[in-house]
Amino acid sequence: MRPRSAIYLASAALALAALTLAGSLPSDAADKIDPVADAKAFRKFFTDKFPKVKLEDFVNGPYSMNEDLYRQWQEKEQFPPYEFSLEMGKEMFSKPFKNGKTYADCFPNGGIGVRQNYPYFDEKEGKVITLELALNRCREANGEAPYSYVRDEMAALTAYMAFTSRGKPMDIKIPNDPRALAAYENGKEYFYTRRGQLNFSCATCHVQSPGERIRAEILAPALGIVNAMPIYRSEWSGMGTTSRRFTTCNSQIRGVPFSPQDDEYRNVEYYLSYVSNGLPISGPGARP
Amino acid sequence: MRIKMLRSVLSLVLLAAGPTYATAAGSEDDFKAAYAAAEAANKEAGSLRNQWTTTAATLAAAKKAADAGDFDKATASAKEAEALAKASIFQATSEKTRWKDMEIR
Repeated sequence: MRPRSAIYLASAALALAALTLAGSLPSDAADKIDPVADAKAFRKFFTDKFPKVKLEDFVNGPYSMNEDLYRQWQEKEQFPPYEFSLEMGKEMFSKPFKNGKTYADCFPNGGIGVRQNYPYFDEKEGKVITLELALNRCREANGEAPYSYVRDEMAALTAYMAFTSRGKPMDIKIPNDPRALAAYENGKEYFYTRRGQLNFSCATCHVQSPGERIRAEILAPALGIVNAMPIYRSEWSGMGTTSRRFTTCNSQIRGVPFSPQDDEYRNVEYYLSYVSNGLPISGPGARP
Repeated sequence: MRIKMLRSVLSLVLLAAGPTYATAAGSEDDFKAAYAAAEAANKEAGSLRNQWTTTAATLAAAKKAADAGDFDKATASAKEAEALAKASIFQATSEKTRWKDMEIR
């Protein structure tokens, strides 16, 4: 009887150990930060959900989700509402600062056709640098006051830089630096975290409900959503930067927004841009 | 008999007025305590980077009512603000792990 009890006990212990191991393995695997696998799964989710939408069309947001809107947008593109901003941005970009230098002196390739490489992870600073942040740092380095991250000047500059990069595939790199991986992971966490009194995450609208209406709006898919920035929004009657989009999203769900270019926003832009790698830059965009 | 009745009525009036006066006097203190608790909870939500706009709005409403001398309303608003702040703390804490349930894998 005793040996039998010992056998039972040993079997039970083994079964328990096996269960514990089986339980921990998927969890460990799930906890491993793997941006390549994330991006693959992200793209698959959207292409499976919307099999009729061409991959490169996801960057057109709500227009890719609705045929009527798509037709309206194509007509609108004949005289795009962001054109005034584009012209303003082009002029601002080439106008020298008081010290004689220009924005071109601050960017690779003179700032032309480089939008697809932003944001990037700066290994010296250990942080994500967005295009908007780089533009303001350029201004400050040349003795100029920084622009508001949510106003027309910043939208105009980024509109012009995006326009010179149209069609180029988003190309965000994550260097072999644990801080870069942490920034990416923090951005991902931000994207999926519910906040505000309405208990919404970014994913609630842009993963669970793209193509659905929220009041009069049709929600854009998260895949390629940053490729169209900055955008002219009819709702705003003007241009909006990525910073403006993030802060207004937060306040719309009744969360107190952070300051533009706080780490959370920089990281979530890094995450969203990385998982949209390979999709073309389409900014500046226009949205209802 | 009439005097007895008058005494009773007077006693009732005094009884009714007494507690009202006591409540009004205590109400400002109640408000102060409720407001401090709400502010503390909202500060904690801030340290978790998860404040709600409605908490701030309700705190402002409490302050406005207190400034107007309506401490009952002010206290009620402060208590509501504290409940909102506590809900935002709960949200921030539970989302530390729950966000992974939404992740595309």
